[in-house]
Amino acid sequence: MADQAVEKHFYDVVVVGAGGAGLRAAIEAHEQGARTAIVCKSLLGKAHTVMAEGGIAASMGNVYAEDNWRVHFRDTMRGGKMLNHWRMAQLHAQEAPDRVRELEDWGALFDRTAAGLISQRDFGGHRFARLAHVGDRTGLELIRTLQQRVVQLGIDVFMECTVTKLLTTDDAMVGAFGYRRESGEFIVWQAPSVILATGGIGKAFKVTSNSWEYSGDGHALALRAGATLVNMEFVQFHPTGMVWPLSVKGLLITESVRGEGGVLKNSEGKRFMFDYIPEFFKAETADNEEEADRWYDDHTNNRRPPELLPRDEVARAINSEVKAGRGSPHGGVFLDIASRRTPEDIKKRLPSMYHQFKELAEVDITKEPMEVGPTCHYVMGGVEVDPDTAAAKIRGLYAAGEVAGGMHGSNRLGGNSLSDLLVFGRRAGASAALYAAEKKATPPEVTDDALAQARQEALAPLERQGGENPYAIHAELQNTMNDLVGIIRTAGELQQALDKVAALKARIANLSVEGKRRYNPGWHLALDLPNMLTVSECVAKAALERQESRGGHTRDDFPKPTPEWGALNLICSSSDGAVSLTRQPLPQMPDELATLFQETT
Amino acid sequence: MTTTAPAPAGTGAPGRARIAARHLRTDTWWVQPAITVAVLVAFIIYSTLRAFENANYFVAPYISPFYSPCITKSCQGSSFPELFTGPSFLTPAIYILVVPLGFRLTCYYYRKAYYRAFWLSPPACAVAEPHKTYTGETRFPLVFQNIHRYFFVAGLVFNVILTYDAVLAFRDKNDHWGHMGLGTLVLLTNAALLWLYSLSCHSCRHIVGGKLKSFSKHPMRYKFWQVVSRLNGSHMKLAWVSLFGVALTDFYVRLLATGAFNDPKFF
Amino acid sequence: MTYQAKLRVWRGDAEGGGLRDYTVEVNEGEVVLDIIHRLQATQAGDLAVRWNCKAGKCGSCSAEINGRPRLLCLTRMGDFSEDEVVTITPMRTFPVIRDLVTDVSYNYEKAASIPGFTPVARDADGEHRMQQVDVERSQEFRKCIECFLCQDVCHVVRDHEDNKKVYAGPRFLMRIAELDMHPLDNLDRRKVAQENFGLGMCNITKCCSEVCPEGIHITDNALIPLKERVVDRKYDPLTWLGAKIGRRPHP
Ligand SMILES: Cc1cc2nc3c(=O)[nH]c(=O)nc-3n(C[C@H](O)[C@H](O)[C@H](O)COP(=O)(O)OP(=O)(O)OC[C@H]3O[C@@H](n4cnc5c(N)ncnc54)[C@H](O)[C@@H]3O)c2cc1C
Ligand code: SF4
Ligand code: SF4
Ligand code: FES
Ligand code: FES
Repeated sequence: MADQAVEKHFYDVVVVGAGGAGLRAAIEAHEQGARTAIVCKSLLGKAHTVMAEGGIAASMGNVYAEDNWRVHFRDTMRGGKMLNHWRMAQLHAQEAPDRVRELEDWGALFDRTAAGLISQRDFGGHRFARLAHVGDRTGLELIRTLQQRVVQLGIDVFMECTVTKLLTTDDAMVGAFGYRRESGEFIVWQAPSVILATGGIGKAFKVTSNSWEYSGDGHALALRAGATLVNMEFVQFHPTGMVWPLSVKGLLITESVRGEGGVLKNSEGKRFMFDYIPEFFKAETADNEEEADRWYDDHTNNRRPPELLPRDEVARAINSEVKAGRGSPHGGVFLDIASRRTPEDIKKRLPSMYHQFKELAEVDITKEPMEVGPTCHYVMGGVEVDPDTAAAKIRGLYAAGEVAGGMHGSNRLGGNSLSDLLVFGRRAGASAALYAAEKKATPPEVTDDALAQARQEALAPLERQGGENPYAIHAELQNTMNDLVGIIRTAGELQQALDKVAALKARIANLSVEGKRRYNPGWHLALDLPNMLTVSECVAKAALERQESRGGHTRDDFPKPTPEWGALNLICSSSDGAVSLTRQPLPQMPDELATLFQETT
Repeated sequence: MTTTAPAPAGTGAPGRARIAARHLRTDTWWVQPAITVAVLVAFIIYSTLRAFENANYFVAPYISPFYSPCITKSCQGSSFPELFTGPSFLTPAIYILVVPLGFRLTCYYYRKAYYRAFWLSPPACAVAEPHKTYTGETRFPLVFQNIHRYFFVAGLVFNVILTYDAVLAFRDKNDHWGHMGLGTLVLLTNAALLWLYSLSCHSCRHIVGGKLKSFSKHPMRYKFWQVVSRLNGSHMKLAWVSLFGVALTDFYVRLLATGAFNDPKFF
Repeated sequence: MTYQAKLRVWRGDAEGGGLRDYTVEVNEGEVVLDIIHRLQATQAGDLAVRWNCKAGKCGSCSAEINGRPRLLCLTRMGDFSEDEVVTITPMRTFPVIRDLVTDVSYNYEKAASIPGFTPVARDADGEHRMQQVDVERSQEFRKCIECFLCQDVCHVVRDHEDNKKVYAGPRFLMRIAELDMHPLDNLDRRKVAQENFGLGMCNITKCCSEVCPEGIHITDNALIPLKERVVDRKYDPLTWLGAKIGRRPHP
């Protein structure tokens, strides 16, 4: 029997997650005087944020002076099909420019305009060019800048530690429990404030642009601690992921390929997107190739090509083409930029895409079309929080970034995530520090019983012999979610998925892994699996409940959005491991903001 | 001082993965350093022989780069004053070669080449070096690599002289302008290659603009820096080609001087 | 298309270990990381390996393949012939934790010891103004994904453990160069580069540049320019003389 000792630390604020949201939260909490720790599963600087390519949306007006927060707010709400929490969308639009500017004080080097200001680029759903960027590696710049700031401030970072449980007493946070991946030793951080910034859930799906870290830990931890989740049925499928070779299936192909002139074609060589223009966007979308092609040079007198419709529309169209038998050899469609731009142009504007295909698929995108298909990319749903403070429904618990819900409604616009991380990361850090200061007089207590129980739960798979293999169960879950809770959903399939998830849940009670505690990935996966199953259940349940199609949720049996559902959020909560759903009316937008939507486009 | 066992202070250090092999490379990593050694040794032998030969370095109107500027009486027609009055066992070449030798010896590219090929530090990437201790360029004598920029400047003076030599090669034996032979072309090419080599130098890149914090405030120097940077990308190639250039030019002059070959005349 | 590949993987920890042979299925287009994952899922559930993005963007999956430092996720199995034994070991410059995972804390300690970014004040209107041409040099270095392959291959520390105390390695010397060329940074780091971070130890043999998966010209664009800047500050007799007679302040 391993020793019973648990490494103990005392802080004011513990931040779980070292992506953009977590790092920004920690910086703020530290600056407000809180003793702050960051905990993350990977090494510092490797969180998912590093993969973001396109840019950070902020209405700085450096390229189009007419841009301002109201336009950004409006674009965001429309993109989310009005299901966003209006207050979050408002704060986000208002504060994003300052959040981007302060990155420069910490060393970030964005691409510049001729006037020497931060350059901004066009992206789907944004009325003006508004994405601050660095080539196609904006996420790297963001995370490195914040990381270097955290190091400069001397904030404690616990790398390669996984939090497996949030500790509460009387419905208030007292700390977080976890293990060091490296040694398998247990560790507890006692703190009155815990900020969740754990990112998304994509690893529950087979075809995904997300990494192993995205096992929905934060969602599940919050749920188990007594907090609630909102909008879980909305999962964003990015229309263009790689489909071949299998090894890289799901890997993202940036939207910029279409922005730079790339078009989608089916096996008959037809630009099929013209057949899929929805009523809602008819007025602003070109209905013939000539006009669409003219748009690239002249935005004013022509309408946008249909390839640049919002992500959910394009993903559905690709899905339909493949289903109708007009797909590419490996089950996608063709994304063609080779026949439309010169090789020099392609290499200059899309350097990392050129390399990605060259290195991983042996395809020269300046000569051949790419094969692409939808890939699971982002979860709009997350912990239900108060917009101003990022506080969850449990005292002392905060959530920011992809793990928080409400900001993006039913569909997120490209570029709005990175700005979300900064705006709400900062807000979470500030309110967590404030709350911790109030609690100074009564430091949190963690009982030995609670620790012993958390330990026991974590060690179970290692002590069991001859049980289920975690890798096999993970693969089954991914297939289930992919096939039954994917882009297009039906009641029958969702019910099937729920049954399957229930069965897997029963089986993971009997997981066993070989080896010992020191850096054992099998064991790590065994501890992540319950989280993936919990969030999968939330997604499937909410998806079955919502009988309409909206944004990232498409029901074949209810293909249209309805006004009734447009006024409702679905809230997940849990007790004793069972997930339950409640309907909750949407928060009411004040009139001054509502009028923004009465203007003509 | 050297040993071939996997260094206990290196990849064999406590805590690191226990792997007995000095390296696990399966490719022919030793080819590159072997070629470097072969070529450099050949050059050193040839240039030493030539430096001590003290003859066959001038045949009007051509002069070997090893012996230019001509500081002895043996080059009629050369317009440089006779300076050389040293002891007879020191040939003029030995005085002259100090500069190009120092330039190349402290050149960032050659340093790489000989540290790897001769000093095996390291012989190739991820192949353990045989030395027990290592201080790099922090101590005497290697700390003197830092004066490379002065050799660069001195090297430019020689480039001017060799260019001048190439211009003089447009005169015929009797100092009349309007001649051009294969030798003229050889001297010209040699001078051109040396210019390219010098201009692509890292110190040059630093001096013309690299040292600046702001390019936008110095647009002209930024242009220069861009040109030098582009050349700098080929610095390795230019280092080798210009080295061959010097040796071949000298060899050509020697061929003419010993009468083994007759300079073809273009006009 | 599918074949059985011969793999030789280092298994073990700081106490000991060795190369172990495996036979694993390989499909068309797969990279070494796929094969490691298949090995994990089917034969060695506890095989330790780091990875995140599987797209060459995060720098987690660094290891040595056939003796060369590389990213597991960017090395295609197609680069090897079907009957070739592919040897995979952890990075050999850092202490091993288990299997392919090493303790890279040396790098994080060096990162923390470098004097941080120290900006000039913003313009009166609250903006920082910089021209594209002025940010490009540092931008190249900021492409770094911190895979630490350059740190792994650099013989200064790979072959000499005790140099770790005095040498920051290419990644972090490049960070100093990045800050020194940063248009807004206000601190002179040239002296510390040489005296505290060991720039003089680098003998510009370019292995760092050879292995960098981001293709950053570490030696040509960061280390050598930094050496030249240090010469300006420390070794240039003219500067030195100028400073002595007080005609020219340190540039
Ligand atoms: C390929 C790709 C491209 C993208 N491009 C863009 C773009 O151009 N613009 C844009 O706005 N958005 C983009 N996104 C989305 C955006 O990058 C992410 O939504 C965002 O980075 C999430 O940040 P985060 O801070 O919430 O979480 P992450 O950056 O994912 O960080 C999560 C952190 O939580 C830690 N963690 C998780 N679970 C635990 C646990 N149990 N214990 C301890 N730590 C834990 C992880 O280790 C990690 O440090 C892109 C996403 C992808 C995949
Ligand atoms: S060039 Fe310098 S830093 Fe790079 S590997 Fe060689 S010695 Fe190390
Ligand atoms: S410089 Fe290159 S090799 Fe070194 S850590 Fe960065 S990306 Fe890796
Ligand atoms: S001559 Fe090679 S670097 Fe100066
Ligand atoms: S897994 Fe991210 S670089 Fe290989």
